[in-house]
Amino acid sequence: MTGTLTPETSLDAPLTIGGRSFRSRLMVGTGKYRNNEEMVRALEASGAEIVTVAVRRVDLDRTKEEGVLYHLSPDQYFLLANTAGCYTADEAIRYARLAREAGFNDFVKLEVIGDRETLLPDTEGLLTAARTLAREGFQVLAYTNDDLVTALRLEDAGCAAIMPLASPIGSGLGLANPYSIRTIKRRLTAPVIVDAGVGTASDACLTMEQGVDGILMNTALAEAQDPVAMARAMGLAVEAGRLAYLAGRMPRREVAVPSSPSRGMLA
Amino acid sequence: MSAARLLRLTVNGEPREVPGPATLLDLLAHLGLDPRTVVVERNREIVRRPRLGDTAVADGDTIELVHFVGGG
Repeated sequence: MTGTLTPETSLDAPLTIGGRSFRSRLMVGTGKYRNNEEMVRALEASGAEIVTVAVRRVDLDRTKEEGVLYHLSPDQYFLLANTAGCYTADEAIRYARLAREAGFNDFVKLEVIGDRETLLPDTEGLLTAARTLAREGFQVLAYTNDDLVTALRLEDAGCAAIMPLASPIGSGLGLANPYSIRTIKRRLTAPVIVDAGVGTASDACLTMEQGVDGILMNTALAEAQDPVAMARAMGLAVEAGRLAYLAGRMPRREVAVPSSPSRGMLA
Repeated sequence: MSAARLLRLTVNGEPREVPGPATLLDLLAHLGLDPRTVVVERNREIVRRPRLGDTAVADGDTIELVHFVGGG
């Protein structure tokens, strides 16, 4: 045991995506909170630096809320715009360009959805959009399924990070296929950020223990009974899982091995 | 000075009439929107912020005004 071990300094390097370094490996969404005040407190409790936002029409009648930036300082968080709700490559490209025009950065969380029930990605549209946006200088973080071949193609397309799902968006089912996620992480050079499906802290910890670079979540916080407490739990779980991965777990054995000496027992 | 006439636009999917002649910056002011908080698309083309004041809106234009909202 090294006496001076702290996760921030001794073992871990910062997470680097598209030339930017981040100290937190937890990214959080800003959707579906009961109110903005709770959202702001949950973001703070999570320790996240990167927060996702969506691009939508301004409500001209002003009957609804102001934009999210009314509640969230772009100086405090790195805004990652998504293309959520887009079902074609063209639509996703249009949303990404609009998001970049907002003037904060050239990062985009690219989603091209292929099925309304499962919200699973349309990988063909995703690859098309990823290629175009990468060529236009975007740092593309691509939401995809847990398929290695698609992940490899997205990396070839020039994506800054690949974001395979743990399980479907908003499902809270946890890490459905640790093997696939490990395989993707092992085979890719680009950062792997697991996006979607995490339900509670153990899911986040188990996901980070697979060796991935980070996790993005939204519903697990927004729909928790206490989003602020869950945000804190998730921050700790991501750190714990990351540290456990770096520490290297003991081997699994199917027999017991005593922890106390077998010698020196009384006669 | 030419008499103001109404321009018929489609803004965020809804018909709107605004007094013309008008630039996109005038349109935003008419709608009470801060140009720093919205991104503007005119007939499917993004109009960058520095150009809003010298881009005229024409009768029949389709305008989209978007901003960031909460999302995952």
